[in-house]
Amino acid sequence: MNLFQAINNSLDLALSSDPTAIIFGEDVAFGGVFRCTVGLQEKHGKSRVFNTPLCEQGIAGFGIGAATAGATAIAEIQFADYILPAFDQICNEAAKYRYRSGGLYDCGSLTIRAPCSAVGHGALYHSQSPEAFFAHCPGLKVVVPRGPIKAKGLLLSCIRDKNPCLFFEPKILYRSAVEQVPVKEYTMPLSKADILVEGDDITLVGWGTQVHVLREVCQLAKDQLNVSCELIDLVTILPWDKETIAQSVKKTGRLLIAHEAPLTSGFGAEIAASIQHDCFLNLEAPIERVTGFDTPFPHMFEPFYMPDKWRCFEAVKKLVNY
Amino acid sequence: MLPIRLACYGLRSVAANCKRINIGALSQITRKFSSDERPQFPGSRSQWTEKLEFIRPDLYDGIPVYRVMDRKGKVIDPSQDPQLSQEMVIKMYKCMTQLNTMDRILYESQRQGRISFYMTNYGEEGTHIGSAAALDPKDLIFGQYREAGTLMWRGFTLDQFMNQCYGNMEDGGKGKQMPVHYGSKDLNFVTISSPLGTQMPQAVGAAYSYKRAQNGLCVMCYFGEGTSSEGDAHAALNFSATLDCPVIFFCRNNGYAISTPSKEQYRGDGIAGRGPAYGMLTIRVDGNDVFAVYNATAKARQVALNEMRPVLIEAMTYRIGHHSTSDDSTAYRSVDEVRYWDERDHPISRLRNYMLSKGWWGDVQEKEWKEDCKRQVMTAFARAEKKLKPNWKEIFTDVYHEMPSHITEQLKQMEEHVQKYAEHYPLKNFSKD
Repeated sequence: MNLFQAINNSLDLALSSDPTAIIFGEDVAFGGVFRCTVGLQEKHGKSRVFNTPLCEQGIAGFGIGAATAGATAIAEIQFADYILPAFDQICNEAAKYRYRSGGLYDCGSLTIRAPCSAVGHGALYHSQSPEAFFAHCPGLKVVVPRGPIKAKGLLLSCIRDKNPCLFFEPKILYRSAVEQVPVKEYTMPLSKADILVEGDDITLVGWGTQVHVLREVCQLAKDQLNVSCELIDLVTILPWDKETIAQSVKKTGRLLIAHEAPLTSGFGAEIAASIQHDCFLNLEAPIERVTGFDTPFPHMFEPFYMPDKWRCFEAVKKLVNY
Repeated sequence: MLPIRLACYGLRSVAANCKRINIGALSQITRKFSSDERPQFPGSRSQWTEKLEFIRPDLYDGIPVYRVMDRKGKVIDPSQDPQLSQEMVIKMYKCMTQLNTMDRILYESQRQGRISFYMTNYGEEGTHIGSAAALDPKDLIFGQYREAGTLMWRGFTLDQFMNQCYGNMEDGGKGKQMPVHYGSKDLNFVTISSPLGTQMPQAVGAAYSYKRAQNGLCVMCYFGEGTSSEGDAHAALNFSATLDCPVIFFCRNNGYAISTPSKEQYRGDGIAGRGPAYGMLTIRVDGNDVFAVYNATAKARQVALNEMRPVLIEAMTYRIGHHSTSDDSTAYRSVDEVRYWDERDHPISRLRNYMLSKGWWGDVQEKEWKEDCKRQVMTAFARAEKKLKPNWKEIFTDVYHEMPSHITEQLKQMEEHVQKYAEHYPLKNFSKD
């Protein structure tokens, strides 16, 4: 299955196992602009899989209310770039529902999915990775899968999690990431980072599409520098698995974080601040971040903007030679 | 199936998408498409006109205001009297007056520095009690912040109101929010939040859930005329109609959004004028007429549930009090204007006159009730004031369903800090458990 098929499968399982589950958003009825909801209206019915008017703040608010009143609400925002009108509902409302009501009310059964990240030609408004905005909001969970197998399990976990979850799906992987995804139902733990490659010299941390870039960097580093990299997929941005990263950095002494989102206040900043605090005496070099630049996401210049394997490789070189 | 040449009607793509198309349906389509009677646009098929004429927004007087009683509380058309029982009407009166009394005490308590903030409901008691009385107690209410009377009607006690305002350890909200941000799971009143209008699309989603659950309940969504300018209001009205949700939108149009008068809030025919534009059943009522509010809400509920559709009620009223304890409305409106409403068109006096005319109330009962009411409010007040605040560690609870490790870490750090610097923190006011 590719990524959109895995997500489709996950949604299908969610609806089949939970009669209160509903899926809604722009264009989800016919299958969605990325085909994630293909066949679901046909199978589960119009009252469970339906289009909403074109209004992200409405979609988010509607989802919160539906969840509060007992439904498992799965909302789709067509592009993560357009989630910003829903920011008030997500951060002022969904995230704080349980806290502000003293636990009397919550919207834990809300999940919001959105395609994110670079796709080659998306430019300013079809390429954004907004995880950092939401990482700053206590009460939310933010998850970014790296591929179909993780996506299916993580999405189901998010849907069943008792907290409002944001699930950002790297759109470039929808078709290009293909794996042997188990057909049975399974979940994967949130807030648990995955060590994908074990190594001794330097820790590389990324999420989503960037994990695959870093994998190539591991190989490059091995071949050209004889450097052994430990590759970690953070998986969950909030609450994030500091323990796994810290343990790794205590072993390697070096940390490189890479993400597409801009440098300033990107989520790499949080990781860097926390790890330098917890692993100060273990560090052999400053923590390095290779990220998108502090500019909006450009169209023609995407190959120069991205934190590609050469920029990451160069950073690894610098860190091991510090 | 014979292949059919539809190119002349530009229907190639239609044919390509239709796997099966029988001759009968096809002839209907060709007839429709070749007809000149109506526009064929998917977005609207109303009528043709050859006159260049813009619709004037001031073309008509505006949606009329439905009332049952005149300003003195006399029923105008007896057929509209809901004929509520004496017990019910007295309960309504007592609820409105108790709300008024509680407001006076708590407003004063803020002035004296006992609570941090308060918002009164003066002049709008009729909108609360009239509407709440027409709902099922299990209908879910999403409020804005000036609907305390609906909670009071449902049975939220004076203790519960005051515990929330004092943020003490009995507060259902665990001291997390400013005063008047009430919430009750038992009474089906969703906890108030400060951002305006956010409750509106949420109410729609909740109504959709209720529709699917087939539980025979509807959702009531209160909001002010100022709030109706928020984007969330538009989102909610549109979603509720397109998704056929059993939700009643109740707008308290009280003339002011803090200092902004309604003529600076909108240029059209208020909020009711927008209802039909969204495809919604709409009515405007005299919000200071408890029976008009009651009748409209009862009917709206019936329609919402029997026809699975939203209804919009715009209740016209007047905000007699300041916006809140942080506001002094003499800065933007005349004392005379306020006095007019307080003395000439008040929901409480109008209902009292109705009761007097029925012989259900008199000076003796009025005096007795006034004293009893005040005593109840004062004793609840004294009780609330004495209670400790919740344990300060509640800061860290309920952020998530389960406490994640990073929050536990912060809690532990603060525990150590408070232990070390105990004398600099107001620990004696906070519960130890």
